[in-house]
Amino acid sequence: MTETAHTPRGWAQARLAAALLAIDPGLGGAVLTARAGPARDAWLDYFRSLLNDDTPWRRIPASVNDEALLGGIDLTATLKAGKPVRRAGLLEQIGRYGVGVLAMAERAEAGLAGRLAAALEGAAPPLIVALDESADPDEAPPAALAERLALQIDLSEVSLGELDAAGPGPEIEDVAMAQVRLPHILNGEAGRALTETAAALGIVSLRAPLMALRAARAAAALAGRDEIAQDDAALAARLVLAPRARQIPQAPEPENPESDEDRAPDDETADSQDEAPDREAESDETDEDALAPDELTEITLEAAAASIPEGLLLKLQAGAAPTRSAGAGRAGAVRKDGLRGRPAGVRRGDPVAGQRLDILATLRAAAPWGKVRRTGLKRFLPGQPIEVRREDFRIKRFKPKAETVTVFIVDASGSLALNRLAEAKGAVELMLAESYVRRDQVALIAFRGPGAETLLPPTRSLTRAKRSLAALPGGGGTPLAAAIEAAEMMAHSSARQGRSVTLVFLTDGAANIARDGTPGRETAQAEAVEAARRLRASGCSALVVDMSRRGAETAKTLAGEMAARYVRLPVADPGALADLARKAAA
Amino acid sequence: MGYTFPFSAIVGQDEMKQALMLACVEPRIGGVLVFGDRGTAKSTAVRALAGLLPEIETFESCPYNSAPGDPPPAGDAKSRGAQVRKPTPVVDLPLGVTEDRVVGALDIEKALRKGEKAFEPGLLARANRGFLYIDEVNLLEDHIVDLLLDVAATGENVVERDGLSVRHPAKFVLVGSGNPEEGELRPQLLDRFGLSVEVETPKNIDDRVEVVRRRDAFERDPDAFCAQWKDAEAELRDAVAAAQKKVTTVDAPEAALRRASEVCLALGADGLRGELTLIRAARARAALDGADAITDDHLRAVAPAALRHRLRRDPLDEAGSSVRIERGLTEAFAA
Repeated sequence: MTETAHTPRGWAQARLAAALLAIDPGLGGAVLTARAGPARDAWLDYFRSLLNDDTPWRRIPASVNDEALLGGIDLTATLKAGKPVRRAGLLEQIGRYGVGVLAMAERAEAGLAGRLAAALEGAAPPLIVALDESADPDEAPPAALAERLALQIDLSEVSLGELDAAGPGPEIEDVAMAQVRLPHILNGEAGRALTETAAALGIVSLRAPLMALRAARAAAALAGRDEIAQDDAALAARLVLAPRARQIPQAPEPENPESDEDRAPDDETADSQDEAPDREAESDETDEDALAPDELTEITLEAAAASIPEGLLLKLQAGAAPTRSAGAGRAGAVRKDGLRGRPAGVRRGDPVAGQRLDILATLRAAAPWGKVRRTGLKRFLPGQPIEVRREDFRIKRFKPKAETVTVFIVDASGSLALNRLAEAKGAVELMLAESYVRRDQVALIAFRGPGAETLLPPTRSLTRAKRSLAALPGGGGTPLAAAIEAAEMMAHSSARQGRSVTLVFLTDGAANIARDGTPGRETAQAEAVEAARRLRASGCSALVVDMSRRGAETAKTLAGEMAARYVRLPVADPGALADLARKAAA
Repeated sequence: MGYTFPFSAIVGQDEMKQALMLACVEPRIGGVLVFGDRGTAKSTAVRALAGLLPEIETFESCPYNSAPGDPPPAGDAKSRGAQVRKPTPVVDLPLGVTEDRVVGALDIEKALRKGEKAFEPGLLARANRGFLYIDEVNLLEDHIVDLLLDVAATGENVVERDGLSVRHPAKFVLVGSGNPEEGELRPQLLDRFGLSVEVETPKNIDDRVEVVRRRDAFERDPDAFCAQWKDAEAELRDAVAAAQKKVTTVDAPEAALRRASEVCLALGADGLRGELTLIRAARARAALDGADAITDDHLRAVAPAALRHRLRRDPLDEAGSSVRIERGLTEAFAA
């Protein structure tokens, strides 16, 4: 990968990104990956310095409710004033091309993301800066929102020294100049180049190249050009396309030994992907001065490939499609505290945080006090409406349907791989289908060799569950303790979200790998028993399915220690097993 | 935004476009489900629908979009205002929406100010005689989906809550979209949608470039872009309007009915709903083509969309349902 000397990186690139957003707010906004700290503050300050002073700037808390976001009637003020008092929602305050800073975007709920996404496509699109503080790869801002924010800026590597050492960046005057130029910028071949680049990176959505093109145009305007040049396209590729990459592009050199199997299996892009290298190979003999379209593709692709984030690169190399872009962001606080669901009575209290006032019950509560409350002259006025006071407020309560999660912990070690792993897979599949019909979530943990691995975080997507199960290889030792711990952690995090959890262990209980990854039957067994006891103390409901041929004492002991039901996997009858799991969950 | 991307300017996605047009021609088909990745023109197509449909006759301030002959569902006829023409409503139903917002609820403002029991219509009222679009329908809470399907099937919204007792017409075509990677729909719900299509981004690089080019041109100068597509839009709109008139007179000959049954049998799509939808969709297709009677060609054109989601008895079957449909169709039509 060739990198020219003047390629802006890190902080300089982040500043350029801010300028692009300021120039063309139609880019929607940015996902800013950084922990709270000086770098993030510096970026936000810098971005703000590029905007006009009167541009609204509001913080959107991840827990914001509909009323605060979209506006509504301010009840207390309404009662006080005796006429309806409307409160403007956050989106209204932000208005067209105002800035909304979404704090802790990785915890935002799908509902919030959906509303913001709708606003972005609405008549007065805001500029959203989503602050992403995700700690582990499972967390990410909701895909519905991230998809519509063009730029992805990663500040996690920016050091303090870099901030200090940075020279002058674009300033508000530059932005204003660029905005004048923007409508007249010619696309040239950039549209094709960016589209091809996106295809080569395995990006399915066509929004990505479209936004990249917009970003490139803003970059050209900033640089004072009339037409998108190679640097602009490369910058756009780095900011928009690289973070969305789902596969490693084929290196342009035909002699590169990287084989096709390395690619993530993605049928949708396979065809377009295959075309790209051919084009690039042909373009070698083109004239250097006039930049051929294929050459531009090559350059943008290189630029994008060079800035695929490292973590993403590792995952791509491992052949796994990154969960970050594949799934919806998994917000933690899914529990709705009785705001939705079927009605379940009323109670007294202030309608805060999105709760609904039960008008009838409120009026009913206020009615008997009519005469007492009406004092002075009011008492003699006919047709006086009922006077409602704050203490009369009655709130509607709803009963949310409790969700359940069934976690399958599958032993894929050598002792089972040989004979019964296939059977276990069959049984799990049946249970998956069962859970699917009941709208339960399922999760999958497999353990073999040195440790346990979460194959699938709790999901409703059968497609994903099925795929990860099919890809599960067998062989290696049995790290039972690690598996029990992983299951316990998942059970806890699900329970925190208000779901009830059932653990289903499929194993023979013959632990032989200790927690630290070293082999040793005795330590491993002792640790497994210890972990099982802890699990029992935490009160999870569990089921141990003995997968050994003739029934293993170890599995029975394990079940006893974790106070789980013990069953033997009925030979060649996965259906019976599914039946058992259903009973265990009930 | 002011402008919506013209329907006729959408590149490819023929099956989705066909399904949406069929639903315009014959609303009784009962909803369209669009499954596919993000950024595949799902929302664009649905929003563009409004441009294809003839305007509806209704009243200026009627929240229910009542037709001129209809009695007012609530309040008096005077408050509806003058008779006007409005574009066919396409209403978005956001995720996380509350039941109150969907079905309507007691009007808080009126209750507090006047102590009056008045009904504040919800999204279902606004969608009457138009389209109700749910992006990410697979992530919508179950009790809302149940409610929507019930109303969509009966064409009437019955509200019995907060001491209110209101019923108003809510005849709309439900369009749901989603990404199966993020969760699926219950099989019971799948079956309630009339047509189902799977979309993917164009595989051909030239098509992809064309999509980006058109969308970019639209965003830069919507005025000029819409003007450029005006004729194509008008042509399509006329075709839909003509088909809407014609569809009631399209004949379904005995042979076509028999063929439809055969196709359903061959594919193992159970339930009469599949057969019925197949016939209705074929009739709409025939109307669009200006034909007087349903032929095998019409059946064949709509069968994948009408039956795809009804095959999924086994949610774990790996073979794509489109593949199975194709196989079944070849078999059935060979006979």
